[in-house]
Amino acid sequence: MTDDYLKKTKIQAKNVDFFYSDTQALFDVSMDIPEGRVTALIGPSGCGKSTFLRTLNRMNDVIDGTRLTGKITIDGQDIYAPEMNVFTLRKRVGMVFQKSNPFPKSVFENIAYGPRIHGNNDRTSLTEIVERSLQGAALWDEVKDRLDDNALGLSGGQQQRLCIARALAVNPDILLMDEPASALDPRSTARIEDLISELRGDYTIIIVTHNMQQAARVSDITAFFYEGHLIEFNKTKQIFTKPSKQQTEDYITGRFG
Amino acid sequence: MQKSLLRDKIVRLILQSAASMSILIVILIFVFLGKEGFSFLLDPGISELFGTKWNPVSFDKELFGIIPLFTGSLLATVLATIFAVPVGVVAAVYIAEVASPAEREIFKPFIELLAGIPSVVVGFFGLIVVAPFVKNLFGLSSGLNALTGSLLLALMAIPTIVSISEDAIRSVPQAYKSASLSLGATKLQTIWKVTVPASLSGIVAAVMLGIGRVIGETMTVMMVTGNAAVITTSPFASVRTMTATIAAEMGEVPFGSHHYAALFCIGIVLLLMTFGLNMIAQRVMRKYRMG
Repeated sequence: MTDDYLKKTKIQAKNVDFFYSDTQALFDVSMDIPEGRVTALIGPSGCGKSTFLRTLNRMNDVIDGTRLTGKITIDGQDIYAPEMNVFTLRKRVGMVFQKSNPFPKSVFENIAYGPRIHGNNDRTSLTEIVERSLQGAALWDEVKDRLDDNALGLSGGQQQRLCIARALAVNPDILLMDEPASALDPRSTARIEDLISELRGDYTIIIVTHNMQQAARVSDITAFFYEGHLIEFNKTKQIFTKPSKQQTEDYITGRFG
Repeated sequence: MQKSLLRDKIVRLILQSAASMSILIVILIFVFLGKEGFSFLLDPGISELFGTKWNPVSFDKELFGIIPLFTGSLLATVLATIFAVPVGVVAAVYIAEVASPAEREIFKPFIELLAGIPSVVVGFFGLIVVAPFVKNLFGLSSGLNALTGSLLLALMAIPTIVSISEDAIRSVPQAYKSASLSLGATKLQTIWKVTVPASLSGIVAAVMLGIGRVIGETMTVMMVTGNAAVITTSPFASVRTMTATIAAEMGEVPFGSHHYAALFCIGIVLLLMTFGLNMIAQRVMRKYRMG
């Protein structure tokens, strides 16, 4: 991990344990996620990768009885510190979900929702944000004439890119993606992957995926989780060509999971 | 094989007739109301109904203007809606989205209990508690007025509004809420800007059903609105509703008289109103239904 482009750490997890009531889901997870790069979290179902993803914007907080020990910092700031404003945190750390979940509102209102709740009600500024966000998510050309249509009328792939645009609209610097393409056809998947490559550099992206090829294609760094433990964390190339742990090799070659 | 097919057919027939029963009953109600009310249209004529005075028993001239009764019902209904809708919807939001499971376990049965209180008992409560309260609060000579009536009507509509709205709110997919929260919205912002709009069709349906209950309510309004058949927009005035008129006068009216037919005409108007309300509710529900 000496390469220059991975040098600057954006997110640092240190000895993170996570519990759902009495069940421990993460065990002593530590990793340094580099700024402006794509980090893939892989592992079999239930391995804790999604849970880890959700600790980064504290979306686990909404589930009763969850508990975290250890420390997670973003730009050196402890996001679980008592003085941390979770709403500001989530504004900085955008999230895209497995199943596209646009609001049952117009395309415009979907994008404008985020800026609006953060106090922006200026129509001109919102119009500009909507256009910029949709362009950022490579969706503008397809929907620019349908901004007032209900977002639920878009195709599955378009809906997912709309969700990405919606996340971009509040100017996050980190994007969390929880299997963003798992419900999409191959062509839409390819578009999402292209989009991730375009966003790389401007945003620190952490993506959970079940698709090994996808992880290999889009990510710079890969973290392999197994039963709540971080087994291996290394450059993607390294993980997919010369994994240092037997479990990692077994998983990526399809021997289990 | 043959036997089970036959059994299937018979069961199907039984279910079908049970389901058709409701349609049949609605049609029969229409037919008989129409049959009894129809004679009024011939003599003394439909225009009599649009008069502004209801004075059906008189040595001088009998007057069958249902406008004051209609406005009475309308005033009570509108006021009751104004009271019941905000309270009902806010309560539903609270129970569905904010209350802890333990709280919900307490609220739900009480609201269902409230829905089950007989209207005559609500009327008693109105007479001895609400009417004096309204009278003292506003310094009126009598507490038996549209305001008191509509407060009690609201009380009866609230359980309907709460329980149906709550179901609608709870059925909003978690995915919408997660999306909102992940953008940095607070719980309150999520509720008002995402959850409530997404469940609007159900909430509108709940409100319509609540209003339906209010329009049709008879006993309570008869007991507490004062029953003066005057055209007014003042909540402090005594009013008489269509339902109360029918209930109060049906027992003493000579069979087949003009008065008798007029009461049936009121019944038809009521039926048409609730019918219209239902149709609006269905239209709204279809329009806002989410894909």
